[in-house]
Amino acid sequence: MKEQAADIHPKMYMYKRIVEAKLYIDAHFHEKIDLTNIASQACFSKYHFLRLFKQAYGKSPHQYLTQVRLDRAKELLNKEHSIAETCEATGFDSIPSFTLLFKKQVGKTPKAYCDEQQAQRLAEQQAPFNYVPNCFSSSYGWKK
Amino acid sequence: MIQRLSHASVYVIDQERAADFYVNKLGLEEKMRIPIGEDAFWITVSPKNQPEIEITLMPINKGGMFSPEVAKNLSELVAAGTFGFGVFECEDIYATYEELKGKGVTFSREPTEQFYGIEAMVKDDSGNWFSLVQRTDK
Repeated sequence: MKEQAADIHPKMYMYKRIVEAKLYIDAHFHEKIDLTNIASQACFSKYHFLRLFKQAYGKSPHQYLTQVRLDRAKELLNKEHSIAETCEATGFDSIPSFTLLFKKQVGKTPKAYCDEQQAQRLAEQQAPFNYVPNCFSSSYGWKK
Repeated sequence: MIQRLSHASVYVIDQERAADFYVNKLGLEEKMRIPIGEDAFWITVSPKNQPEIEITLMPINKGGMFSPEVAKNLSELVAAGTFGFGVFECEDIYATYEELKGKGVTFSREPTEQFYGIEAMVKDDSGNWFSLVQRTDK
């Protein structure tokens, strides 16, 4: 099927390299990533790589890397990891830069996000049926 | 007046496997996971850019919604690819196709040009299918 798709769309080989670059970011977001290196590994000039990546994913590789790091940071904070652990595990240089970027993108500090998520989890545990439409819970026989 | 859709359901054969598929293969975000009933959870997932709509992964074989006979029949129908439940849109279908194929996602139709865009057909891990579209008419 891959060969057929390549026949249909002559740019499939190019897409494959862009996808590989994206998957590299997905797997190595916690490391110090040199986006110029990724471009050269994908056999593109930096400018060409940036343009194609943005065309495929709607954001630059740097913006995408930041989003992946912040998404992972939110996951870790949800699992009650400390801010310092989260910062280190997601590849941010320092807690202040992590906090600043997190607040800019998420709209609240990591601490405020953590507190909010903790309160939400507690509320879900205490009153799970407040979060499930009754027509579903009653159809499934899930009792209050 | 109905204003928006907040939840849509998809019946899945194995709820945990489905959650893994939708999150780790398709890249959706798990929004809710609430223990509710024996071995069952209220699990919802959302596209990362569209948190206001939640897809609930409804277990066929857990809870008391279906009798064993109905659950068996429904599982067979789902596994046979009887049900399609919606359309996902993506920025660039060829990049998405290439990535999902690499992750082992099954496509029953590869990207094909249609009058409204480029469309592929994807199957989830239970057998439900959905359309994946890159709109070109916007």
